Amino acid sequence: MKKLLDNVEQLVDDALEGLIWAFPEYLQRVPGTHVLTRKKAKAEGKVGIVSGGGSGHEPAHGGYVGYGMLDAAVAGEVFTSPTPDQILAGIRAAHHGAGVLLVIKNYTGDVMNFDIAKDLAADEGIETASVIVNDDVAVEDSLYTTGRRGIAGTVFVHKIAGALAESGVNLQAVQNGAQMVIDNVRSMGFALAPCTVPAAGKPTFTLSETEMEMGIGIHGEPGTHRQDIKPARELADFLLERISTDLKLESGSHVACLINGMGATPLIELAVLAKNVGAWLTAKQISKDVVWMGEYMTSLEMAGASVTLLRLSGELNKWLAAPCDTPALRQGVVYDR
Amino acid sequence: MTVEQFSLLWQCFAQRVRQNQGHLDDLDRAIGDGDHGTNLTRGLGNVETLWNQSPDQNLNLQALSKKVGMTLLSTVGGASGALWGSGLMKAAQVFPASSECDDETFVLWMDAFVGNIEERGKAHVGDKTMVDVMRPAVNWLKAIPQDRSLRARLHELQELVQQYSQGTKDLQARRGRASYLGARSIGHVDPGAFSSALWWECLDSVLGG
Repeated sequence: MKKLLDNVEQLVDDALEGLIWAFPEYLQRVPGTHVLTRKKAKAEGKVGIVSGGGSGHEPAHGGYVGYGMLDAAVAGEVFTSPTPDQILAGIRAAHHGAGVLLVIKNYTGDVMNFDIAKDLAADEGIETASVIVNDDVAVEDSLYTTGRRGIAGTVFVHKIAGALAESGVNLQAVQNGAQMVIDNVRSMGFALAPCTVPAAGKPTFTLSETEMEMGIGIHGEPGTHRQDIKPARELADFLLERISTDLKLESGSHVACLINGMGATPLIELAVLAKNVGAWLTAKQISKDVVWMGEYMTSLEMAGASVTLLRLSGELNKWLAAPCDTPALRQGVVYDR
Repeated sequence: MTVEQFSLLWQCFAQRVRQNQGHLDDLDRAIGDGDHGTNLTRGLGNVETLWNQSPDQNLNLQALSKKVGMTLLSTVGGASGALWGSGLMKAAQVFPASSECDDETFVLWMDAFVGNIEERGKAHVGDKTMVDVMRPAVNWLKAIPQDRSLRARLHELQELVQQYSQGTKDLQARRGRASYLGARSIGHVDPGAFSSALWWECLDSVLGG
C-alpha cells in the first residue's frame, strides 16, 4: 500500500485539520469531534442541513459545508458511518431555531446511526426530519432487503435542500424539496480499478488488465457483476439505459446531469464519458439544463465513474441554479476578498 | 451472571476479535468493504480500557450493560456499532441494578439484547447477518429444559453456534452492505455472524470455565 499518510489511525483527524487550514473562511470544527461546520453560521430561524457518512468520499461531505448547501458535515472513519454522538454534535451545530434536516444515504450503518442521533436530538428538544437518498439503480429495490444505495445523486439533494433552507422556508418544506429530488434522481457507476482502505492495507477486490466491475457503490465494494472492459460509448449507453428506464424518462424531458469521477479517473477520460452521455441524451431528445463534471462523490483512489440524472420539474431548476459558496462548489456568488 | 463475569465476557470478546481482526476484515472484504475486524477491534479496545482505567467495583450489571453499550455505540461506527451499542443499552433495563443476577434473568437479558438488534437492524434469521447466529442461539437456550445448568447448556451450544455461523455461507444477503452484491454474496461467511460466534465462545469460557 502506497498512501500519503502520517499515521493511519489519525487519517480522518489529520484530513479535517488540513481542510480547515485550506479553507479557513468556510470551515471550522466542533471541538473534540469529527464535525465540520460553517465558519459563518446561517441566520437564526433558518432550517439547518446536516449530512455525513464515512470518510473517503471527498469532497463529500465537508466540501459541501457553506452558504447554500450544508450547515454541518459529520465524518466517520473511512467508509464507516459516524457514530450517533458525533451526528448529534452536528445537529446541535446546525440548529438555528428552525430544526434540522438530515440527509442520509441508504446504508444500514448510516441509517441506524442517524436514527439513534435523531432520538438523542429529540431528547434535547431539537426538531429533526430526515430523507434517505437511494439513487443507485445497480441495486434491485425491494421491501425485503436494505434496498438501493445512496451515491452521487446525494450532491443534488445537498444543493437543492440547501437552497431551500437558505430561502427561509420551514423544515417540512425543505424535507419535501429534498424528497422531490430523491424521487427524481438516479445514478449508476462502474470501476476500472479498486481502492484500498488505508486501515486494511489491501484492495477491496482485484481486477485483471481487461476486467471491470459494473454497478459499484462508493465504498470500494465489488459491484453487481464483473465484465470485460468496454469502450466509453458502450458504458455510457448501458448506464443511461438503466437510469432512464428506471426514471421512465421520455423524450422532451429536462435533466440535470452529473458525471462523477470515483477518485482516480483522469479528467480527460471523464470528458470522453461526458461526450458519450451527451450523444445519448441528444439521440433520445432529452435536454440537459445543467451539467456538473468532476469529482463530487469519490471512493478513495478507485478508478471509474458514475452517471447521475435528475429529472427537472417545478422549481428544481431554480433551486439548482441558486447561489452557493462552499469549498467544493461555488456558483452565483460574487467573490470579494 | 456476576458483574465480574460480565466484565470478563467483554474483555474476552475484545481479545478474540483482536486475534481474528485480519480474518474478519478478509471476510468483510469479500462481501463488504473490509473493515469489520478493524472497527470492532477499535471499539472493543475502548471497552477494555473501561476496566484498565477505573476498575469501578460499584458498577452494577444494569449500569455496566449501558456503559459497554455506550462505548461501542460511540467508538465502533458503522452498522456494528449501532447494533451492539444500542442493543446493550436498551437491554440494560432487564438487568437488576445489582452485582449479580440469576440464570433466568441473564437469558431474558440475552433475549432482549438480540431482540433490540433485530429491531434496530430490521433483520430476520436468513438475511445473512449477525442475527443468524444470535437469534437461534438464544432460542435454543430458551427451549432447552431449564433444569440443566446454564453452564452445561452454553457448552453444548458451542457446536451449534459454529454451524449457525458457517451456515451464513450459503445464504444470499438481504440486509446490510452485502445485500448490494445480490447472488454474489453467496459463498462467503457473513463477518457479523462470525464475530457474533466469538461472543458466544467467550460466554462459554467465562460462565463454563
